[in-house]
Amino acid sequence: MTNMISPKDFEVSRRDLLKGAGALVVVMGAQPVVGSKKAAAKTRGAKAMGFGSKVKPKLIPDQLDSFIAIRADGKVTAFFGKMDMGQGLDVAISQIIAEELDVAFEKVTTLMSDTGTSVNQGGASGSFGVKWGGRTMRVIAAEARRVLVEEAAKRLGVKAARLEVNDGVVSVKGDMSKKVSYADILQGNYFNHKLTWNKKLGNRLYSHGKAKPKAVKDYRIVGKPFPRIDVAGKVFGTTDFVTDIKVPGMVHGRVIHPTRAGSKLKGYDASSIKHIKGVRVVQKKDFIAVVADNEWDAVQAARDLKVHWTGGGKKPFGRQEDLYDHIRNAPVIKQKNRFKGGDVDKALAGAAKVLAAEFEFPFQSHASMGPACAVVDAGANPVMLWTGSQKSHYTSYGVAKMLKMPKGSVRGIWVPGPGSYGRNDAGDAAMQAALLSKEVGKPVRVQGMRHEGTGWDPKAPASVHFCRGGLDAQGNVIAYEFISKAFDRQNVRSNESQPRDNLAGQALGAKLKPRKFFSEPENIYNIPDYRLGWKVIPPFLDRNSPLRTSHLRDPIGPQIQFASEQFHDELAEAAGMDPVAYRLKYLRTKRDRALITAVAEKAGWKPRVGPRKGQGGKNTVSGRGIAYARRSGSKVAVIAEVEVDTRSGQIWVRKFTVSHECGLIINPDGLTLTIQGNVVMALSRVIYEEVMFGPDEVTSIDWDTYPIAESPDTPEAVDVVLINRPDKPSMGAGEPSTRPVSGAIANAFYDATGVRMRTAPMTPARVKAALAKG
Amino acid sequence: MAKPQRMRLNVNGGHFTVTVDPDMPLLYALRNDIGLNNPHFGCGLAQCGACTVHVNGKAIRSCVTPVGSVRGKKVVTLTGLGTPEKPHPVQTAFVEEQVPQCGYCINGWIMTAAEMLNKNPKLSDKQIRAGLKGLKCRCGTHFAILKAVKRAAKAMAS
Ligand code: FES
Ligand code: FES
Repeated sequence: MTNMISPKDFEVSRRDLLKGAGALVVVMGAQPVVGSKKAAAKTRGAKAMGFGSKVKPKLIPDQLDSFIAIRADGKVTAFFGKMDMGQGLDVAISQIIAEELDVAFEKVTTLMSDTGTSVNQGGASGSFGVKWGGRTMRVIAAEARRVLVEEAAKRLGVKAARLEVNDGVVSVKGDMSKKVSYADILQGNYFNHKLTWNKKLGNRLYSHGKAKPKAVKDYRIVGKPFPRIDVAGKVFGTTDFVTDIKVPGMVHGRVIHPTRAGSKLKGYDASSIKHIKGVRVVQKKDFIAVVADNEWDAVQAARDLKVHWTGGGKKPFGRQEDLYDHIRNAPVIKQKNRFKGGDVDKALAGAAKVLAAEFEFPFQSHASMGPACAVVDAGANPVMLWTGSQKSHYTSYGVAKMLKMPKGSVRGIWVPGPGSYGRNDAGDAAMQAALLSKEVGKPVRVQGMRHEGTGWDPKAPASVHFCRGGLDAQGNVIAYEFISKAFDRQNVRSNESQPRDNLAGQALGAKLKPRKFFSEPENIYNIPDYRLGWKVIPPFLDRNSPLRTSHLRDPIGPQIQFASEQFHDELAEAAGMDPVAYRLKYLRTKRDRALITAVAEKAGWKPRVGPRKGQGGKNTVSGRGIAYARRSGSKVAVIAEVEVDTRSGQIWVRKFTVSHECGLIINPDGLTLTIQGNVVMALSRVIYEEVMFGPDEVTSIDWDTYPIAESPDTPEAVDVVLINRPDKPSMGAGEPSTRPVSGAIANAFYDATGVRMRTAPMTPARVKAALAKG
Repeated sequence: MAKPQRMRLNVNGGHFTVTVDPDMPLLYALRNDIGLNNPHFGCGLAQCGACTVHVNGKAIRSCVTPVGSVRGKKVVTLTGLGTPEKPHPVQTAFVEEQVPQCGYCINGWIMTAAEMLNKNPKLSDKQIRAGLKGLKCRCGTHFAILKAVKRAAKAMAS
């Protein structure tokens, strides 16, 4: 299937769409359409008048029409400013909307993150899809139902309180003959109904009307399993990814990165690519790229072009083996002790027993399944951007800035990309494509090669964690300190709204503004004297760095929990307690403890104090470990059961048991699959993943040098216990189950071997060395 | 860079004439010259499987296979393997188990599993794990993938 598309494809009028005139042009996998220029010209100056207006109100968060449309055939379209990364968020949102509107689930389509049809609700961010995005869509859908029922009441001449809605048909309770449907009421026109908007954009955007959402006890659609919408297209190869976008006149751009980090561009030797016809080199300050009509020509030209870089030799990264000492000794540029209670220093000084431990966690790469890709047509009006970035609204602002145009002049369309787990390389590709499209005056598609994707994507920051704990003479834990010292978790920001946070912008010399922060464990253990905080150190290299740091799935969660959950097990052992009993004793709330009880019961946990060691056969020892974490209100406990091959050092997680609570569950099947994916990615990170680097380059640049979990690593079982709390608001699920996995595996390893792994990842080589040392 | 040559390719049962550098990887010809998007560029290094297609029934990595080398051979891509109306059992199982997250890798897993099970669906868990080694899924859908492949194996063996 070829996909030659033009911006015109997106210009079918939204009125046609609403009329259901067969004009729901599904381009690139369900991208919607906006008002055509003609239609816009016709209605320019015209004002949206009253309920059922034929003129679309402006795309502003204080308009109901910015979120929901009822088509002439009764189908419902939701315009959502977040997107689904393959975990079924769109399904969950459609469920919520169908529930509140009282229409069948099948009638609702949720379109995501096209800046031309949705307002900025923050994109995929912080697992807030349901928590905040869903909350907003719920009250708005409820308001849509309210105004439709009021209108029906007028038409039927009865009080609204006497009406009920069944699958989009409003009728008089007990007299189905008196009825009118949503479709009849609106006839494909607009609500033109004002909402109260909190004047925020992004995650915090909240708009609402007067309606109160349904009581949970009345739910028929929310809480039920519905299958994903996108699965078949992906399985039968008909889904188009951002890499598949083709626009008429499009050319292929490839950016060339410096071989030595920190070097400056001096020039290039054009004759080195004269064997490839029709290639243009674009150079601007430290940015250099090739552009060709044909992708293969561009690939070869980027490979063959001789580029002269100077000013290298600074060796900004030092030696890999010195990484953690570097962190320990580096100056602190910012610090914060977010959680403090009592006087931890005094308590430790007076403790009967003091434990101290340090843990180390490396840089990690997003290593998305494919190198990032974007297409930009800078000559179009509006400028068109197709991106796999999980924050397409922000990316469109960034592209506008890059092009020195006003914020609203870029239409950013999100198209599924090759995976996204935070701030990966997607936004870099968008800025590069924008710059090149402006230079060559044509639509430009940019995609990297593998070594660029893994070598140059933003990295999760490396860290050292310092833990101290004190026990009194009775074995009660009385003091706990947890301080991380680390690289900035947002040396480049997690959204792409500023060229300075992207490689192209940095190569052009943009002024930098790193965020300088890290995180602390959540304050979940009830220990009287405590201090939980962090210190951030400067980056090795402030710009154009293959070790620039930003958000990777559950930012900082795997790092912190690798340390903190191991350390709590150490405290438990010192206190002579079983790790499960310890958590039941010290976790603050009943709601936390419910997770521990559930996971221990499901896994058939047998209490133990300290490691059992030597369970299993001659060359394979087995163990089980528990870890617990909270993440922005969601709660997850994990028990890992591991087998360690003592000859090879290979760890296999035979089984995970997960208990998960995120308030009201919208879709249990989607949630279970999301958790099962999270735990495997998290196991990959703690067993295998480590960015390798030399003094001035990243050397882990493909799947051989940056290995991840493969089929033999797959657990035999991932048992999931979902704890539904219909009485509590829904919380996120996209990331929380990533969080405790590193600690659970390390604790299981300790149970199996009696050896503490204080440095991640727990690769076969590192495990072998640790076992030899004993 | 070799001189472009005109060649006929047999893909998904259709014949396509393309004029391309015979050393160019087959992946680029499929995606750009023939317009079949379902094999993806993941690594270009035969390390991930995202580009997998069948050539004469064998799963190969099209990112490192010169297009010139498949002249006269039968190339099948994911869309040629099966359709929603006539799915390959592996595809049916992947839908039933709701496998893909981002889905970018899925082509590789389905094409590789399909070849493996077409040859012999009576495989043990260990053999299936070994047969799929070398494929990557960054989203971590491994657990669902193995469930789906076993489901397909069962369906094909019966
Ligand atoms: S793209 Fe061919 S194996 Fe990765
Ligand atoms: S589903 Fe995303 S890489 Fe496999």
